[in-house]
Amino acid sequence: MPMRPGEEWVAFKMAERGGRGSGGHGSLDKSITLPPDEIFRNLENAKRFAIDIGGSLTKLAYYSTVQHKVARVRSFDHSGKDIENEPLYEISVQEEITARLHFIKFENTYIETCLDFIKDHLVNTETKVIKATGGGAYKFKDLIEKKLGLKVDKEDVMTCLIKGCNFVLRNIPHEVFAYQKDSDTEFRFQTNHPNIFPYLLVNIGSGVSIVKVETEDKFEWIGGSSIGGGTFWGLGALLTKTKKFDELLQLASKGQHTNVDMLVKDVYGGAYQTLGLSGNLIASSFGKSTTADKEFSKEDMAKSLLHMISNDIGQLACLHAKLHNLDKIYFGGFFIRGHPVTMRTITYSINFFSKGEVQALFLRHEGYLGAIGAFLKGAEQDNPNQYSWGENYAGSSGLMSTSPDVYPMQRTRSGTFDMLEMDRLERPLVNLPLLKDPSAYIPDTVDLTDDAMARKYWLTCFEEALDGVAKRAAASQPDSVDALERAEKFRQKYWNKLQTLRQQPFAYGTLTVRSLLDTREHCLNEFNFPDPYSKVKQKENGIALKCFQSVIESLDSLGWEERQFALVKGLLAGNVFDWGAKAVSDVLESEPQFGFEEAKSKLQERPWLEDSYSQWLERLKEGPPHKCALIFADNSGIDIILGVFPFVRELLSRGTEVILACNSGPALNDVTYSESLIVTERIAAMDPVIQSALREEKLLLVQTGSSSPCLDLSRLDKGLAVLVRERKTDLVIIEGMGRAIHTNYYAALKCESLKLAVIKNSWLADRLGGKIFSVIFKYEVPCK
Amino acid sequence: MLCLRVSRPPRRSLAVFPWFGLDIGGTLVKLVYFEPKDITAEEEEEEVENLKSIRKYLTSNVAYGSTGIRDVHLELKDLTLCGRKGNLHFIRFPTHDMPAFIQMGSEKHFSSLHTTLCATGGGAYKFEQDFRTMGDLQLCKLDELDCLIKGVLYIDSVGFNGHSECYYFENPTDAERCQKLPFNLENPYPLLLVNIGSGVSILAVYSKENYKRVTGTSLGGGTFFGLCCLLTGCSTFEEALEMASHGDSTKVDKLVRDIYGGDYERFGLPGWAVASSFGNMMSKEKRESVSKEDLAKATLITITNNIGSIARMCALNENINRVVFVGNFLRINTISMRLLAYALDYWSKGQLKALFLEHEGYFGAVGALLELLDSA
Repeated sequence: MPMRPGEEWVAFKMAERGGRGSGGHGSLDKSITLPPDEIFRNLENAKRFAIDIGGSLTKLAYYSTVQHKVARVRSFDHSGKDIENEPLYEISVQEEITARLHFIKFENTYIETCLDFIKDHLVNTETKVIKATGGGAYKFKDLIEKKLGLKVDKEDVMTCLIKGCNFVLRNIPHEVFAYQKDSDTEFRFQTNHPNIFPYLLVNIGSGVSIVKVETEDKFEWIGGSSIGGGTFWGLGALLTKTKKFDELLQLASKGQHTNVDMLVKDVYGGAYQTLGLSGNLIASSFGKSTTADKEFSKEDMAKSLLHMISNDIGQLACLHAKLHNLDKIYFGGFFIRGHPVTMRTITYSINFFSKGEVQALFLRHEGYLGAIGAFLKGAEQDNPNQYSWGENYAGSSGLMSTSPDVYPMQRTRSGTFDMLEMDRLERPLVNLPLLKDPSAYIPDTVDLTDDAMARKYWLTCFEEALDGVAKRAAASQPDSVDALERAEKFRQKYWNKLQTLRQQPFAYGTLTVRSLLDTREHCLNEFNFPDPYSKVKQKENGIALKCFQSVIESLDSLGWEERQFALVKGLLAGNVFDWGAKAVSDVLESEPQFGFEEAKSKLQERPWLEDSYSQWLERLKEGPPHKCALIFADNSGIDIILGVFPFVRELLSRGTEVILACNSGPALNDVTYSESLIVTERIAAMDPVIQSALREEKLLLVQTGSSSPCLDLSRLDKGLAVLVRERKTDLVIIEGMGRAIHTNYYAALKCESLKLAVIKNSWLADRLGGKIFSVIFKYEVPCK
Repeated sequence: MLCLRVSRPPRRSLAVFPWFGLDIGGTLVKLVYFEPKDITAEEEEEEVENLKSIRKYLTSNVAYGSTGIRDVHLELKDLTLCGRKGNLHFIRFPTHDMPAFIQMGSEKHFSSLHTTLCATGGGAYKFEQDFRTMGDLQLCKLDELDCLIKGVLYIDSVGFNGHSECYYFENPTDAERCQKLPFNLENPYPLLLVNIGSGVSILAVYSKENYKRVTGTSLGGGTFFGLCCLLTGCSTFEEALEMASHGDSTKVDKLVRDIYGGDYERFGLPGWAVASSFGNMMSKEKRESVSKEDLAKATLITITNNIGSIARMCALNENINRVVFVGNFLRINTISMRLLAYALDYWSKGQLKALFLEHEGYFGAVGALLELLDSA
């Protein structure tokens, strides 16, 4: 990546000091050039440091506060003013302080330089102590104390590991994956189970520790083995004269173990049929090297050793899992750490010894567990566990970012530094209580890691839209002098993320349209574009409000059955207005007068692509009114005001209470909770039905806890969940492509649900067997 | 069970001599031979020359060719087997000499004796074709686990020339007071049978007929010997064991105390426990300072501890507290036996007992011989 003038790129020289390390020929100077603000970010406000020093990698953790610009909307005082030409509400950009956890992983050789850098940039003087864990914590104690002037407070390795493990399992979606080398999708991410306990953690460091974890604080060392990573490394070094762990793995991946191992077929001439043991099974590891006069290749010996150790660990893990009746085994430690070779052999072994009953599971942030745990130990007074946390895709490197055999371009960008950032979410997130089976719920409809065609399309789609998004971001802040520059940085950052995802679709868990959208939002926030659509939304809300009364009047003039259809059409037509979808933005940019009525005429005629309208109508006709409906709103403007509100009004008139849920933070042109408050207030002023419903608390406005254009029903604001339960919600309405198609299309609920959307993407329409502007109207009743 | 007899039926109801049982393993061939001592004059007269020469050859030598060995110390004397009195001989040779063995059988016109050759182990399958084409012999192939259990139960029941076949180590955790003592295996069930040959098979035995293979591991005797060859350049199992007996594995292995400075109390791990086998060998300096003997010892300790650990887990899972270790890995290998006894006792807090049998690796061959007699 070229250096650009004007960018705050600082040459960050890191010279390896002393005699430690590679000992290669020539210079020991391992200098790298990196913008330090891309590594040790937000150091100025950092407090509560923790460090985990392993055999070769150091993991640093700190808590920091981030100042963000956020767009706030505020209602004007309209009393006595002519509001005809005034905007609906005021938008101001304010500073907001949020909490963020930073984790940085780097090679031990950089430790001194990194400590120096931290010392130079550490402003906060409150910090007196650094929590330390890992084998190296002892070795580097004096150095850390001297360099940072902080007291080193050591924490038990395993306690930290498990604390960290519980934390990531609870807070990071798609943290866990199974590894399948020979399938199209190497990384199979698992949905987070609501109950993470009990599980087995097998940590393969130099030796192996097997720990049973039963609750947050209760865990037990139930076994171990001395045959671990140290055995592979030590014995491998003796056998092959290869010194480095990574090189040994490289050798192993090229070798043929059958030249060194005695197989069942070497003993039997074929399979051992009475026992059903395949001829290719290893009968005796190194059983063919029982001779002094034959040479064996380094590759073959390394491979044989790898199999021997992986099989042995897998076997012991299975024996322990069986004894304790556990079926979740997570593997970690330097033997595993991002090495496809070892994940593959361990997976094979577990599958073999458990006869497929137990799955070997790995963690995306396995390398950080110790550091996270040590940090949490030091931050107990802040109660980090009472909050929900979210991975910040903009600031996190993603899985295997420093792996030598994956994507060299990214490696050169970040050197050997890997980062994880987690944002503290202001409100705890929980499952929607109406999910049929929370442990089986998968929000996303298409897994782009799995579906190469779809992946290609969407990545290209996001790439093509990027210039426009950057332009719009810059345009949203006309008064800011550096808006253009920041927009370009945003463009570059998101572009790089997309390139990473092309090479490593697994980098942040299952790749989905949702994760692509969320990553874009995170990147926009990173460069202080909190809400590029705020002005567009403001304008659209204003226009739509003006039409509200006439829309209501025309609806009220219709007969009951006609009105029901008009309401649904209105909802769908409102949903055509979506700046996020390319097709619509083309129309809106070129035909500004494109109105609500024209949107309706664009809609597909019935029968729709997915059409259970008749059943819905039947339900309204025959059944009792619903007790309470939960509506997840989508876009601002016409959608919420002329589509959703008339529908809400009809439900209220039927005696159904309504919970209207809008995003906590901005995403595209989606209506936010604070915008919805103002819009509702204005509608109430015009409409007695809405007004009395608000007064009598039959219409309730809540926030989702999310800032995504999609919807994850397993991570919703706790307040929303409580209300849903209290009001005995029996109907869920989800509208829009992001929430009802990209996500939740297949979501099974315990109650009736409506999923409505207009497909504004021709590729997706084609995929689903329809044309652009096809309509999805999915009314579902849970089977008894 | 698959049992192919020779094409011509035996002349007598009893199996014809010679009585052999063969166990062809991955590394070693184990052969047991019953030498009848109650041959009548009439029989002597009838005995064909070939048979006589085989008997003479086997009983008058203790070594055959350059690699065959008769374990004289294991010989069972004055044994009554199917109404015949005689001595049972235990002979072994490397599997790679199998072709020579078949060749010899052919030269001695073994096929003319019209006997059934019962064989077990993987080699019974692997070499079946060679026996047929080179030696004109049809093998009776027997399952190795059936034979193993049959052999163990039989030998234990007849005893070892008036002594107990089965033994254990008393006070295994105390090097000073540790001693080998006889064990009465009269009511053997249930027992966990751990057969350590080139690889390891672990069986849970509930009765004579009721057993299952619980698991196995590829880290067995072959792994010890194979790694020793690569690490030290040794060429025989005996040499490898000899080196191991003079080595110090703590120079090679990383112990708990090397990491924690003492015991790791949080997990109740003693400082002397091995945390990482060969863990010290990650360091270049330490690699350069260890001897071949140290490496051989570390290899032995690693393999033995691992087998002990897997056996212990199987015993726990199967709810069995007696573990019998057999197989030729234990031959002249007191270090491993004591370590197994110690490890089982220590990690199970005295709940598990490690038992051993004098005829270590020959039970499969004995079982094959018994099959021959049963089938006749």
